Amino acid sequence: MNKQFELPAGYKKWTWGLIGAGVLALLYGIVMLHPFAAVSHEAGAAHAHQDHGSTRFWAVLLQNSVYWLLVVNASMFFICVTTMAMGGWQIALRRVPEAISSLVPTLGIITFVVLMAIVWGGRTDIYHWLDASAVAKDPILNGKSGFLNPTFYTIWSAVSIAMWWLLGRKMRSLSLETDKKGQMDHETAKKWIWKNTVWASLYTVFFGLSVASTIPWLWLMSIDAHWYSTMYSWYTFASTFVSGMSLVALFIIFLKNRGQLEYVTEEHLHDIGKFMFAFSVFWTYLWFSQYMLIWYSNQPEETKYFIERIGTAEKSGPYKGIFFLNLIVNFLCPLLILMKRGVKRNWTMVTIMAVLIIFGHWIDLYQMVMPGTLREHAEMMPFEFGIAALFIGIIMWGVGRFFTKHELTAKNHPFLKESMIHHT
Amino acid sequence: MAGGIKKFVVGSFDDEAVLFPAVKNVRKAGYKIHDVYTPFPVHGLDHAMGLRETSLHTAGFIYAITGTTTALSFMSWVFTKDWPLNIGGKPHFALPAWIPITFELTVLFSAVGMVLTFCYLCQLSPFVKKHHFHPRATDDLFVMAIECTDKTNDEEVKSFLEKAGAKEINIQHAETGWWIGRYDREQKLYREEKGY
Repeated sequence: MNKQFELPAGYKKWTWGLIGAGVLALLYGIVMLHPFAAVSHEAGAAHAHQDHGSTRFWAVLLQNSVYWLLVVNASMFFICVTTMAMGGWQIALRRVPEAISSLVPTLGIITFVVLMAIVWGGRTDIYHWLDASAVAKDPILNGKSGFLNPTFYTIWSAVSIAMWWLLGRKMRSLSLETDKKGQMDHETAKKWIWKNTVWASLYTVFFGLSVASTIPWLWLMSIDAHWYSTMYSWYTFASTFVSGMSLVALFIIFLKNRGQLEYVTEEHLHDIGKFMFAFSVFWTYLWFSQYMLIWYSNQPEETKYFIERIGTAEKSGPYKGIFFLNLIVNFLCPLLILMKRGVKRNWTMVTIMAVLIIFGHWIDLYQMVMPGTLREHAEMMPFEFGIAALFIGIIMWGVGRFFTKHELTAKNHPFLKESMIHHT
Repeated sequence: MAGGIKKFVVGSFDDEAVLFPAVKNVRKAGYKIHDVYTPFPVHGLDHAMGLRETSLHTAGFIYAITGTTTALSFMSWVFTKDWPLNIGGKPHFALPAWIPITFELTVLFSAVGMVLTFCYLCQLSPFVKKHHFHPRATDDLFVMAIECTDKTNDEEVKSFLEKAGAKEINIQHAETGWWIGRYDREQKLYREEKGY
């Protein structure tokens, strides 16, 4: 057995530094933003001078917890689809998405606590549909109340997080048990691959029912409860999946720089880069499809979503800058920079692009959450970045823990050779 | 057309795994490989032969932005200058509505442009004929043609190829360029060759 990987001191310093900064930001929020103050039910003109601090606190927590949870969950989706497709090329790097997906329980619990605090704390400023008196008067919200109610929200959120957790854990343990069992003979390997395929398909089906449909409806789209878009869940999925692939790329490069992952070459990096490129374009496709249909039909109840963000021809909205920055960072940059073969095989360029994409989609989630909750009062201050730092720190801590506890190459996987000779 | 008759030593291999070291050794010995004909695309053979990276994708990118520009400029000219129409109260410069067409023209230009460029670079066209070094190159043999100069010793090349693992070795005088018409211009007709 190789010597177990040890985290460099700089990594630990960054992990605890980011967590420390994040905890400071969280404490600042708890003390200064009064998150547990009661919500006033009339958010109209009479309360124009009310304090937006508590709304800001919960909106920022919602944005970050949902974003980072879906990002780490995306790497388990990557493992499962490549397993189902009988993919061999990714085996040499498979421990990296496994390590990232081991964060799902931690971030899942954090997210669940945040969501429950919002829903059972009666944060009608976040989710308008929590306001029972408003729902009773409102035929649209009333019609949706079978889906948008605290009980269903709680049950389905809990079920989803638990299923990602349990099915993901099964996939990870199937992979980790090969380290102890040693090389498999042909028959055992066939059975083992089949077992992987079954569990991977269960995960993927459930992923489709949760991340690719109901979960973004519940967690994010219901902020704008009157509005709906059939593109929304796919959009959220594309956003978090491309960030998830970028995160995988970053950790691969980190380990490569430390002399680990001996079988991973620029061929593998090239394929990860292709995922980053392709899903950036896929995200844009969904972004555009959602935008153009609403722009074209021009129905007031649909255009409201974009008017709150970019405004109208007469008066530009408060999120116009961020809205178009989103498109530049997440579409134009990946399209033009990642297009060339050489860039996708260049460790430095892939690092830069991965950081850019993760930041870009964090911005994307920001402009999905803030307009419906904070209106024109959203901010981009140290508090917002501090909470993001907290989540990044937790991810670094969890991934680092996995790296130091387990082998970094699944050396007994039956497809390992296919990955070693991978050539694009 | 072009090219002219040249002399080649042709070695045919029946195994990919033998072909790779052979290509490497032939290059190391300083012989000039005219080309290697394979029944299917062989990964990494271009690197082994020392061929330069193709510029086809750069051409594709240029065709693509030509398509984008064509679509956008034509549509904006039509709908704002030449024939402005009120369509559903939308502005004349209705960019979102044009994006699908812009995308389609981008893809069309790059696809058609790249196919034509590829055909041009590979000298592929209906009625265009080129010399076949071995008919089984399209079936199960890897055929390596080594170009001879005045100074090349044929026998030396032949024994070199034999040592490298070639199953069939012969010397051919062949037209290197392409011509339009029939195979009659070849010294040897396709169907007369051994193994047909």
